[in-house]
Amino acid sequence: MAAVLEVRGVVNRFGSQVVHAGVDMTVEEGEIFGIIGGSGSGKSVLLRTILGLRHPNAGGVRLLGHELGSLGATELHALKARYGVTFQAGALFTALTVRQNVQLPMLEHLQLSAPALEQLALLRVQLVGLPAEAAEKYPAQLSGGMIKRAALARALAIDPPLLLLDEPTSGLDPIGAAAFDELILYLRRELKLTVVMITHDLDTIYRICSRVGVLVDGRMISDSLEGIEGNPHPWIQSYFHGPRGHARAARHGA
Amino acid sequence: MYLAARRDAEQLNLTLSGDWRAPQFAAIDAELSALSLSGVRRLRVSAQQQQLDITCAWLLQELLGRARSGGAAVEFEGAAPAALALLERCRSGAPPTPADGSEWFDPAHAVEDIGRHAVRGARGIAEGIRFVGRLSLALVHAVARGRLRPISIVRHVYDTGVTAVPIVSLIAFLISVILAYMGAQQLRKFGADIFVVDLVTVGVLRELGVLLTAIIMAGRSGSAYAAELGAMQLNEEVDALSAIGAEPIEVLVLPRLFGLVIALPLLTLVADLIGLTGGALLCHVLLNMPVQQYLQRAQGAIASTTFWVGVIKAPVFAVLVALSGCYCGLAVRGSSRELGRLTTQAVVQAIFFVILVDALFAAVFMELDI
Repeated sequence: MAAVLEVRGVVNRFGSQVVHAGVDMTVEEGEIFGIIGGSGSGKSVLLRTILGLRHPNAGGVRLLGHELGSLGATELHALKARYGVTFQAGALFTALTVRQNVQLPMLEHLQLSAPALEQLALLRVQLVGLPAEAAEKYPAQLSGGMIKRAALARALAIDPPLLLLDEPTSGLDPIGAAAFDELILYLRRELKLTVVMITHDLDTIYRICSRVGVLVDGRMISDSLEGIEGNPHPWIQSYFHGPRGHARAARHGA
Repeated sequence: MYLAARRDAEQLNLTLSGDWRAPQFAAIDAELSALSLSGVRRLRVSAQQQQLDITCAWLLQELLGRARSGGAAVEFEGAAPAALALLERCRSGAPPTPADGSEWFDPAHAVEDIGRHAVRGARGIAEGIRFVGRLSLALVHAVARGRLRPISIVRHVYDTGVTAVPIVSLIAFLISVILAYMGAQQLRKFGADIFVVDLVTVGVLRELGVLLTAIIMAGRSGSAYAAELGAMQLNEEVDALSAIGAEPIEVLVLPRLFGLVIALPLLTLVADLIGLTGGALLCHVLLNMPVQQYLQRAQGAIASTTFWVGVIKAPVFAVLVALSGCYCGLAVRGSSRELGRLTTQAVVQAIFFVILVDALFAAVFMELDI
């Protein structure tokens, strides 16, 4: 199996504040990799670094076989056709309808016929569990959970082999979150999709994550779920074995 | 090649091959459209071991739909691709009609549009009046409770006033240069060169100093107010303020209003000063007029009211610019496009009102013989 994503010794500093003191992580093809960590541990900064939106102070990122720092504009554009992203607050384009939001990456990267563009956009909207009517709504008319789903529909628009998701299930009701889990599992099974997601949803972690990376003390500890649960680090212990962790683990029979 | 077709009398055997993924859409679509389905009664598809992403599954499904509507029976060799089942599950409910369907010109629509514009205009005026009412109430409350937020006001005086001094000075200087040049050229014909001084001093003090400062402020601060409050509105910060129990108009609008009401007259003062200096310099250069003579002539040209007639307008213009900016900013709803539209509207509206009110002032001063 090939590594889809490799992060090597990434250091991120804001002034004197060190967020990442050398983060290493590797994600293999077909994995669902969950990133967890306390508030302010730099999960979103790590995602921005992986996306090339932030240049790390040291270290490098290798994404889908390409070293991020060394790519020219055309190669970078081609690379962007191969992953889909959702942001924490959705980041839908507020001036466009949901359908237009989903069509935007398609127009940018694929050559589709006009009817295909219409129907495939609608299909994506329905795929993430939104009603068809939602396609013609503007983001301001949607609820928080619907915005999350619309953002996922946009990330899936071009059938990318890699998905990078920032807290995709926060703000979803448990039924919606469970449907999301099933959709991701399905996509992984059928399309060999690789998913890297930041999440705090213990249910999602237990249900779908094949491996988990924990950001603590500016570094990442990554292991299988069982391995992480047994890690002696106090933050990890209180994360998985705190009152909430116990309840979920019991329910999942872990 | 993504497709191998073998025709067997009324049966068509299709074998999918290759990489059926979204980037290959155009090529696969071309192959599928080239496929003739006439006379096919049975379509047998072999898609085992085939990776189909959703985009390409849709293409395959379209083909199967075409075959079925042509009266052919569709069957799969082995299991049907799972992606097809997923598509079937998604396709529930009728497709919605696009909301922004651009219809061709229709007279009924044009009449409707006129009506809609009229209603919107009337509503806009009502909204504006309501805003002024809320503002007045907030002002009374703030004064009564002694909560005028001086620190915030000082910040706005700095942002809108102090940082605008260079641009206001430069524009005032250039305007006096233009006035002096034009005046000198025309008045020289009558040998009335000396009246250039009248033109510059009266022009700058009465009208141009304050008018141009107000227009600069509309472009500089009016737009900033609208964009700032609009972004806060989009980010639900304004709602958060209300929820916390702070009246948004008191916290956001009043300090900006007071800031500009203080800053604009002071900037007008600067503009007047620089304008007169520029006039003196130009008279010296163009007409060889000693500064002493300029000053004497200026003293004669300016009545005791000339300066005040200009400066008295400044706070009024400040109110117009600040209110346009804040009102438009708070009217932003939902989308970034609205933010752009209302910021533009804030500036255009502010400049329009400033010039309109300036014309009223001119008429009133004329009648009062000032």
